[in-house]
Amino acid sequence: MKHERIVITGIGLTSPLGNDLETFRKALLAGQSGVTSFPVRNMGDLPSGVCEFEQTKYQKRKEVRVGTRAGGIGIFCAHEALLNAGLELDNLDPSRIGTYLGITEHGNVETETEVCQLFDHYDEEVKYWSHHHNPRTVANNPAGEITVNLGLTGPHYTVGAACAAGNAGIIQGVQMLRLEECDVALAGGVSESIRAYGIFAGFKSQGALATHEDPTKASRPFDRGRNGIVVSEGGCIYVLERLTDARKRGANIVAEILGYRINSDGTDYVLPNPERQEECIRQAVDNAGVNLADIDLVSSHATSTPQGDEQECKALRNVFDENSSTLINNTKSFIGHSMGAAGALELAGNLPSLEDGYAHATINVDELDPNCELPGLVMNEAIQKKDGISIILNNSFGMLGINSVLILKKFTD
Amino acid sequence: MNKEKVRKIVLDIIAEIAPDEDFSDVKPEIRLRDQLDLDSMDFLDIVMELRKQHGIDVPEAEYRQLESLDSCADYLLPKFEAGAAA
Repeated sequence: MKHERIVITGIGLTSPLGNDLETFRKALLAGQSGVTSFPVRNMGDLPSGVCEFEQTKYQKRKEVRVGTRAGGIGIFCAHEALLNAGLELDNLDPSRIGTYLGITEHGNVETETEVCQLFDHYDEEVKYWSHHHNPRTVANNPAGEITVNLGLTGPHYTVGAACAAGNAGIIQGVQMLRLEECDVALAGGVSESIRAYGIFAGFKSQGALATHEDPTKASRPFDRGRNGIVVSEGGCIYVLERLTDARKRGANIVAEILGYRINSDGTDYVLPNPERQEECIRQAVDNAGVNLADIDLVSSHATSTPQGDEQECKALRNVFDENSSTLINNTKSFIGHSMGAAGALELAGNLPSLEDGYAHATINVDELDPNCELPGLVMNEAIQKKDGISIILNNSFGMLGINSVLILKKFTD
Repeated sequence: MNKEKVRKIVLDIIAEIAPDEDFSDVKPEIRLRDQLDLDSMDFLDIVMELRKQHGIDVPEAEYRQLESLDSCADYLLPKFEAGAAA
C-alpha cells in the first residue's frame, strides 16, 4: 500500500528550557538543565520541570481561569505552530484542521484540586464542587480547548497513551492526513502533571521518584546514581501536512515522517519489556523502509529509573551493535519527564540536528552504569556527527506496556 | 448593608469571573448579559461565589433574579440582612 508522504511544516512548544525551538535547542547543545525546585501540595519542594510561557498571549484571562493548564499549554503551542508554519486561519477552512493530542493522563489536576478544596475549606459539602469540573476533566479537554480558542471545526480528540503519548499524537495526525480526514493536522502532546501531587506520590510509592539536593542533577538517565523520574510539564504541537499540499503552498519543510510503530508488551502494568521494545524499533525501521545502519540518531526514552533505563538499553544493544555508527542521546536528563508531551518535545529538540549535524548529549552521567553502556551514547557534551544527521529514531514508551517509535528524515525530494 | 453595597459585592464577583471586561460604565438597570460578555457558566460562577464568599444560596428557579445589578440588589439585600441578623 503506497502512502502519501507526510511532512512537518511548523513547530510550537513550551518546555522547561524555553518557549521556542531555538532557545530550547541552544540550551540542549550547551548542556544546561531546565529542572528546578517546585512546591508540590503535601510533599514540599521537589525537582520538577516547569514551563514559564505567557499564558495570556493567546488566551483571555477568563479563558485561563475557566480552562485547564493542559488546555492553556495546548493553545499556546497550537498558535506558535501555526505561526511557525506560516499558516493564517483566515486563509484556511477550519473544518479541515484536525487536532490530535497525546496525553499521559488528564483530569487528575482538576479532580485533586477540587477534592482538596472541599476537604480543606468546605467541610466536604458537595454543593461547593465546581460546575467547571466536567468540561475540565473530560479526556478530550486539551484538544477541545484548542478548537474553542481557535474556532476550529474539524475533528479533535486526545490519544491516551501513557508516556508514549507524544509520539502517538503525531502518529494519529499522520494517519488522519493519509485518510484525508483533514488537510492540516495539529498533532503532538501536552502535560500538566506537575500540578497533581498524586502523580509525584504515585512515583514515590513505586520507588521511582527522583531525589537529589541539586534539582539540576536529579534527572540522570544511565548514571549509576539515578534514583527516579523528575516530573515535568510541557507541550509540543506540530503542523503536519501532506507533502503535496505543503509543496503547493511553498511551505518550509522541517522534516519528513518516514515511519512509525506502536506495539504492546502484553506483560505488566509498569515493568517495561525490552523484547517488545526491540520489536517495536525494528518494525518502525521496516515501516520507514530504511535499514538500521541508516539511523543516525536515537532519541532514547530513558526516564532515569533504575530498572527502566536498563531495559531500554537492553533493547537498544540488541538492535544497534558495537560497530554501529548510530548516536544515542536523551532529553529527559535536561528537562525531566514531560509525560504526555515527552515524545513530541524530545523529538523537537533533536530536529535541528538534521541541519547542524549535532547530537545533544545525555547530561548528568558522572559514572556510567555498566548495565547502561551503549554504543554511540553521547554523554555530557554534544558532538557533531561526521557525515551529518539525516534520520532520527524517536523512542517513547509508557505504562501498561505501550511502546512507540517514530522515524523522521531530513527532507529531500 | 444596603442596595449600593450589594451592587458593589456583585460587581466585584463579576470582575473576578470576567477579568477582561470593562466595568467603568455598567448600568445597574440593564441586563448584565446585554452589556458584558457573560455566559450561563459565568452566572453559575456568580451563584457559586455568593455561596462561597457570603453563604448565600440562590435556588435554580431564582437565577433570573440575578439578571441586572438592580435586580441582584433587590433580591439579595434581604438575604444579606438575614445572614447578618443570624
